[in-house]
Amino acid sequence: MGNLLNISPSPHIHGKETTRKLMFGVILALMPALFASVFYFGIGAVIVTSASIISCVAFEYLIQRFILKKAISITDGSAIVTGLLLAFNLPSNIPVFIIIIGSLIAIGVAKMTFGGLGNNPFNPALVGRVFMLISFPVQMTSWPVPAGLKSGYADAITGATPLAIIKEGLKNGESLSQLMEKVPTTIQMFLGKMGGSIGEVAAFALLIGLAYLLIKKIITWHIPVSVIGSIAIFTTILWLVNPEKNADPMFHIMAGGVLLGAIFMATDYVTSPMNPKSMIVYGCGIGILTVIIRVWGAYPEGVSFAILIMNAFVPLMNAYIKPKRFGEEVKNG
Amino acid sequence: MKTFPVGGIHPPENKLTANLAIGYLSIPESVTIPVSQHIGAPAITIVNKGDYVKTGQVIATSKGIVSSNIHSSVSGRINKIDTIVDTTGYKQTAVCIDTEGDEWIETIDRSNEIVRDIKMSSEEIIQKCLESGIVGMGGATFPSHVKLSIPAGKKCDLLIINGVECEPFLTSDHRLMLEKGEEILIGVSILMKALKVEKAKIGIENNKKDAVDHLTKLATGFKGITVHALKVKYPQGAEKQLIKALINREVPSGHLPVDIGAVVHNVGTAYAVYEAIQKNKPLFERVVTITGKSLSRPGNYFVRVGTQVSKLIDAAGGMPDDTAKVVNGGPMMGKAVNNIDVPVVKGTSGIILFPEYESERPQVNPCIRCAKCISVCALNLEPFLLMTLSEKSLFERAEEERITDCMECGSCSYICPAGRPLLDYIRLGKSTVTKMARERNIK
Repeated sequence: MGNLLNISPSPHIHGKETTRKLMFGVILALMPALFASVFYFGIGAVIVTSASIISCVAFEYLIQRFILKKAISITDGSAIVTGLLLAFNLPSNIPVFIIIIGSLIAIGVAKMTFGGLGNNPFNPALVGRVFMLISFPVQMTSWPVPAGLKSGYADAITGATPLAIIKEGLKNGESLSQLMEKVPTTIQMFLGKMGGSIGEVAAFALLIGLAYLLIKKIITWHIPVSVIGSIAIFTTILWLVNPEKNADPMFHIMAGGVLLGAIFMATDYVTSPMNPKSMIVYGCGIGILTVIIRVWGAYPEGVSFAILIMNAFVPLMNAYIKPKRFGEEVKNG
Repeated sequence: MKTFPVGGIHPPENKLTANLAIGYLSIPESVTIPVSQHIGAPAITIVNKGDYVKTGQVIATSKGIVSSNIHSSVSGRINKIDTIVDTTGYKQTAVCIDTEGDEWIETIDRSNEIVRDIKMSSEEIIQKCLESGIVGMGGATFPSHVKLSIPAGKKCDLLIINGVECEPFLTSDHRLMLEKGEEILIGVSILMKALKVEKAKIGIENNKKDAVDHLTKLATGFKGITVHALKVKYPQGAEKQLIKALINREVPSGHLPVDIGAVVHNVGTAYAVYEAIQKNKPLFERVVTITGKSLSRPGNYFVRVGTQVSKLIDAAGGMPDDTAKVVNGGPMMGKAVNNIDVPVVKGTSGIILFPEYESERPQVNPCIRCAKCISVCALNLEPFLLMTLSEKSLFERAEEERITDCMECGSCSYICPAGRPLLDYIRLGKSTVTKMARERNIK
């Protein structure tokens, strides 16, 4: 009877889920898109992705070690996810020094200044990406065209993205039907044969990732479905009103960063709302803002801005949109 | 198959003792019987040191309406009436008896014959439950006679019998349903008569298919009793979740099931009621599961109330060397005991021994706002928020967020990937908010 017993309040068992497992689940879900981008953009995708991951993890380590003097938490995988997502939002020919600056902003400014994992109001990868877009507009918008495994890095041939072709063309007075000839077909876009960021082009690979995230219950359907659904509904209305000026919904969903944004960026745990009702409001907000920016804004693409804007509303939504509690409203039947 | 719609988790079931028949634990040399084994006022002792008592004799009587009689579980001499630390960790009065033989009071029918005829009236049944010290056997130990007395102005049209046993490891209700099925159904009929209802529904989770089939077959011989298999999901055994699953009625926050016309009793209680009414046997014995992955002989036993937990562990092959935690009750809601000499009481459904590697809490990491705590909460609360509010002593806000609705099922702490002690802080907030509300009422 000499045994000393542990005393603690219930529950006495704990599930197998850990932060690290969730993060590595997200990383695994991003792998199909990574393979697809290496297939399309070759060595450039490898260089950009590795540079981004290494610098994000390194900055997190350096800041925790030398500035915050706290325990090092790089093994939780969250910096790797940020690095991967940042890379996925960049063209495959971007110089490494710009990536390093972007990573410093993403990890140093957007994440660590707020207190590290769990406390940042804005998606770190997107803050990094938008900073780079504003600071290095030329490098950030010269998109290599997919040329397969043999594509170069710095000397890759570049071209415009489908969204930019439409935006510029409409501004120059060309008709939409003419412009649609110049952009890839829906099938090509589904497979990813188009100019764009490393991770956003291959729709099928992103959808495989979505299936994995849903099956593993890492995310729920609410955010991706409401983002994609609201974009589909909004662009359908615009398309029906004026099919000569507005592209069809299928084009809007396949082109640009909608799928990457809806599946991986908007669903970031820390910066998205926590109850299903708010998730749907948040997702629809992202969808509507994306279309507004694309159709009426200065930029051809608006997913990043839309997500960052909606990130700012998350604390408000968490405070005011409440789930219906059990037993709150009596329904007998 | 039915279940409750919102939240819930699926912890590993670990029902190691599901196929082991209930045995009888040998009567210990001495018992320690606490006077408070129920919710409500502690009973008042009516015996003195040196008195000789028989098995089944009242040794403490109920004080007020919400209280219960306490009976001796052995025959012998009162050694002392002392203050002890019970399974909950609190101090209370207990009667210690040194066993001499096993002489039962004469009125108890000790035959094995099943008595089917219910002779008592509704009022007599309720009175008998009070005298026999019947309390809720699912663990909450609310005095049954109180639950059977429908308050004036309210109407009950349905009796629900809880055979869910959603806690992992525990099998005492499961075995009881298999081995004492007919007695339980007679007990259910008695409860129906006491409540004056025509219908009773027995809810059983489908991981006890044999019990569902057994009771379904037996129930054909009873009027108004139906058996319902439920999809396995914790915390289905919670009263409000079970009602929602079975009849899709939601008990309003802060109300009792009777407010929507239902009363819930546990299968163990139905058995105890059968014994009290038909066999005249007061509640001094119950089924306890003794289990744990390292135990050499886990099992289910009829145990006399007041038996030391250590005796039960001895019967299960002795305490394994790697034991680091002993839990009274289920792993989700049970309490860790600090001493294996604490007595088994009316509410003890199981004793679980956890080895070292299962007894440690996970490392606490920052909240990543994954919202898993919200998605598993069966009451649709926001556990992460309630924890933060309690942590920062914002108790008024916590009250607005309905912290007192929490039933402490532990699903949030179980699921949290960051290993955060959500329920610990919610308990702190709950007790503070309850205290605040009470002070407000006094003013």
